[in-house]
Amino acid sequence: MTEQRPLLEVTDLVKHYAVRGGVLRRQVGTVHAVDGVSFTLGAGETLGLVGESGCGKSTVARTVLRLVEPTSGAIKLDGEDIAPLSKTALRPYRRSIQIVFQDPFASLNPRMTAGDIVGEPLTVHSIATGAKKQERVAELFQQVGLRPDQMKNFPHQFSGGQRQRICIARALSLGPRLIVCDEPVSALDVSIQAQVINLLIDLQRKQNFSYLFIAHDLAVVAHISHRVAVMYLGRIVEIADKHELFANPRHPYTQALLASVPIADPKAKRAAPLIDGDVPSPINPPSGCAFHTRCRYAIDRCKTERPALQAAGPAHQVACWLNDGTGRSE
Amino acid sequence: MSEAIPAETVLDVKNLQTVFFTNSGLFRAVDDVSFSVRRGETLAIVGESGCGKSVSALSIMRLVPDPPGRIVGGSVTLEGTDLLKLDDAAMRSIRGNRISMIFQEPMTSLNPVMRIGDQIIEAVRLHQKVSSKEAWKQAVDMLRLVRIPEPERRAQEYPHQLSGGMRQRAMIAMALACRPALLIADEPTTALDVTIQAQILALIVDLQQRLGTGLILITHDLGVVAQTAQRVIVMYAGKKIEEATVESLFETPLHPYTRGLMASIPAVPSPDAKEDVRLVEIPGMVPSLTRLPPGCAFAPRCKLAVDRCRQEYPPLDEVKSNHWAACWRAGEIAEAS
Repeated sequence: MTEQRPLLEVTDLVKHYAVRGGVLRRQVGTVHAVDGVSFTLGAGETLGLVGESGCGKSTVARTVLRLVEPTSGAIKLDGEDIAPLSKTALRPYRRSIQIVFQDPFASLNPRMTAGDIVGEPLTVHSIATGAKKQERVAELFQQVGLRPDQMKNFPHQFSGGQRQRICIARALSLGPRLIVCDEPVSALDVSIQAQVINLLIDLQRKQNFSYLFIAHDLAVVAHISHRVAVMYLGRIVEIADKHELFANPRHPYTQALLASVPIADPKAKRAAPLIDGDVPSPINPPSGCAFHTRCRYAIDRCKTERPALQAAGPAHQVACWLNDGTGRSE
Repeated sequence: MSEAIPAETVLDVKNLQTVFFTNSGLFRAVDDVSFSVRRGETLAIVGESGCGKSVSALSIMRLVPDPPGRIVGGSVTLEGTDLLKLDDAAMRSIRGNRISMIFQEPMTSLNPVMRIGDQIIEAVRLHQKVSSKEAWKQAVDMLRLVRIPEPERRAQEYPHQLSGGMRQRAMIAMALACRPALLIADEPTTALDVTIQAQILALIVDLQQRLGTGLILITHDLGVVAQTAQRVIVMYAGKKIEEATVESLFETPLHPYTRGLMASIPAVPSPDAKEDVRLVEIPGMVPSLTRLPPGCAFAPRCKLAVDRCRQEYPPLDEVKSNHWAACWRAGEIAEAS
């Protein structure tokens, strides 16, 4: 029974922001940043979250950490709903979920040594102090491929890749069950990206925690994830096992997204862009299926009724009215 | 190559050297780099941050901030004129007219308090004797050319009213307004989403071929290179280390750095691949330009490095036909692959 339960279960997560205007700062609109997102994440599993800017992927990540308060919905960690918990009640759960941010230049305190940065969570949660803490920090440094003698250095003395290793060590310090990675390699040089991706994969194999991995680079997400969820305007439009998703994308948006990725092979013919225009504003998003304004298969029903995620095969769900099981892809 | 068909050559850069004088010493941001671009051709310059690709572009535009930077050697010949010998006034008549540039972040390179149309007019009227009415018409035509819907209305709008993709289209319209011979695009799609990137790249290539513009595309994304360029140069620590046609480069990369870059990028999984391959890492990091090792700058990170690599800088040799590499072991690599 407990074996079956996923580590993280997010149900109908909603995050709306009020848009205020006029001299009285009255609410004039609502940003539908996350609009009913549900997914599960198993222990030791990596779920990739992809989508374009403004699709809500970062908001989902931050809401799971309760860095952003959800408007509604449930976030179950090991079966316990952490969404309604007070700050104090939430504290023990904070240890279980950690985050690695995109910009390792902005997410490290420049006035603290690397050792203090990595050791701070141990102090905050009263886990270790003094020599014991130093020992644990040294061990963490080694785990992420840094030398313990670099503990006394300040962030500016490290390169971008090394700083991201410090961020990873800090995330690991409390022995989390889930690490949220929000574009962890986007700010790094190409030759450094591979080092960090390999490190993340190795750490997971050894320690069996889960990743919620967010990136706009589909190839990076595909490489590290077991399953991938595609988001569009605050909703998940397709979620599947990664091989299944890339081999057999069912949602027209997923198809367009995959076709847009430039392939590093000059012999691969560039396909004409499958979609035109920009993502509509999440303030007053389109009715029905939010993608219908750019979808070349859209029918009348798409404009009025919102499709729910439905099974489209084993470990494959898609939210599209045209997914009627006829295997339509082109 | 440029000697073979000189009439077609738009830009010929020879032995360009740009240095920066800083508190921690002098560093050679661009060190003896040569390349040429033909009419209607796309040359990609690939490399990681600090490799000198953007400084090369700024050197061509004569926009290197001085101080601390200075172009200390070489020539930049655009349509027969050496730009490095021109005075500032003559250079101004070339910039935005014969050479244009598109930058990475369209929001910071557009003037936020000027209407889009006026910004295009500014470029046009600086270089052409046309009435403001005629220039406005040209601006609207340019916006139509870059496929901005309702160009008449958009020309009246300010940059913040446009989406990221629209702004980059407006930048392209401005850059191409005077029908330049050469367009330099410095990471033009890096700040954009992947579906918008596909649209913008398709647009740049289409316009460049229709107008016969030479294009220098600066990028770190090998996927963009493969899909867009005809020829590629790879830079590392200020030097050109490899040059080839795009087909030859992707088929048989000859420099270990290029090979490492290609192996380190994850690929979108193909339907038949069920097992994940571990990414190949290039160990270490890009060296600081103020503390370059003697010999080949890549040697400390190179698995194939031998003693000679650490002592002597390898010459850029034509290892295969139309494929140059600066590596002592490029010959062996070519034979093995």
